[in-house]
Amino acid sequence: MTHETVACPACDLLQQVPPLPPGGKAHCPRCDETLGSRSADPLDRPLALTVAAAIVFIIANTQSLMGLSAVGRQASTTIIGGAYEMWVQGQALTAMVVAFCVVIAPATYIAFMLTVLLAVRRPPAPRWIGELLRWADFMKPWSMSEVMMLGILVALVKIAELASVSPGIGMYAVGLLVILLPAIMVNFDPAEVWNRVEWTDGTSSTAIAE
Amino acid sequence: MSAAARSGAAAGLVSCETCGLLSRPAQAVHPGHCPRCGSELEWRRRDSIQRTWALLIAAAICYIPANILPVLRTNTVVSSDADTIMSGAVFLYTSGSWPLAVIVLVASVMIPLGKLVALAYLLITVQRGSVASNRDRARLYRLVEIIGRWSMLDVFVDTFTVALIQLQPLMSVEPGPGVVFFMAVVVLTMLAVESFDPRLIWDAGTSWQGRHA
Repeated sequence: MTHETVACPACDLLQQVPPLPPGGKAHCPRCDETLGSRSADPLDRPLALTVAAAIVFIIANTQSLMGLSAVGRQASTTIIGGAYEMWVQGQALTAMVVAFCVVIAPATYIAFMLTVLLAVRRPPAPRWIGELLRWADFMKPWSMSEVMMLGILVALVKIAELASVSPGIGMYAVGLLVILLPAIMVNFDPAEVWNRVEWTDGTSSTAIAE
Repeated sequence: MSAAARSGAAAGLVSCETCGLLSRPAQAVHPGHCPRCGSELEWRRRDSIQRTWALLIAAAICYIPANILPVLRTNTVVSSDADTIMSGAVFLYTSGSWPLAVIVLVASVMIPLGKLVALAYLLITVQRGSVASNRDRARLYRLVEIIGRWSMLDVFVDTFTVALIQLQPLMSVEPGPGVVFFMAVVVLTMLAVESFDPRLIWDAGTSWQGRHA
């Protein structure tokens, strides 16, 4: 492989990026933006992590996050139960944004990444995976599992003043999810997918980069 | 940087925001679609400055009710207390968990305010065609992009407090009108960050065929 000419996505500087060794990273010399990174195993490892994340995500969303007992009464909540209570209490817009950030965005990211990573294994990679990858990328900043986890912890500390609270299975699953999601992003190299994908204009089916 | 530093746009090359492919569009005014992934190509994000200003001003307006109006109302048999974002952080401090109070204060007060100021600064310097401290401004943009989402923290704290404390008639917590404004500040500033094009920082003093006004 030879040097690839790119324009930095954050400052548009034209430059040559040499082939990166596994674990290598390229930065723009002008603005320091990360231009690319090569992981040792850019497709199989993210796939394994994504499968794990999908399982953990289902557990996190179906099991109780935390339970509360006070004056002889019990209460517990799930992730979507939190958004639902906001809806019931007349905060429809807030409920929808919360549901989007903690359920829909991470679910879409995991589902689309899973599809992309499976579909890219069959050469030539179909064109539509580019569209899915774009949506997965769009969901990234809105997928806020780790912010939610910190928020739940703060809520637990506040409530601990008033009642006894105990974390549920869902809470441990959320803890695992906030490790798995960034692990997928670090190990995945989108360039690897783009190198294999069939071009929309049909003119070029580039060599499968190996 | 050396004098040889050249932007893609100045060389007539446009880089796809989705897949990163560098291509030479047939027409400079309408660069068309990326030959690889089919995304619409743009020299710079469309109407970047106007859109970012609009979202930023909307966020600044929402910032005021977000801090004045209560975000939580605690009802017990004998009393009813309303908490704003600030008094929630003060409550955490007085109840002995000052590290959490600091986290909430940083995420809910300092980050949103810092984001508003930082984006306004970036917009004004770009509009004035500033060529000073480009690298620092690029770094500031990246910082705002990364930490912005953390200010959603208080919305989640409120959501799960409300979800758990429903022990009517002894004690219940309901959300206040401030929550929706606070959530709006976070969402609007995140959208503003996405509509701002950091390449504009480096465009000052250059011109190319596809650049309009």
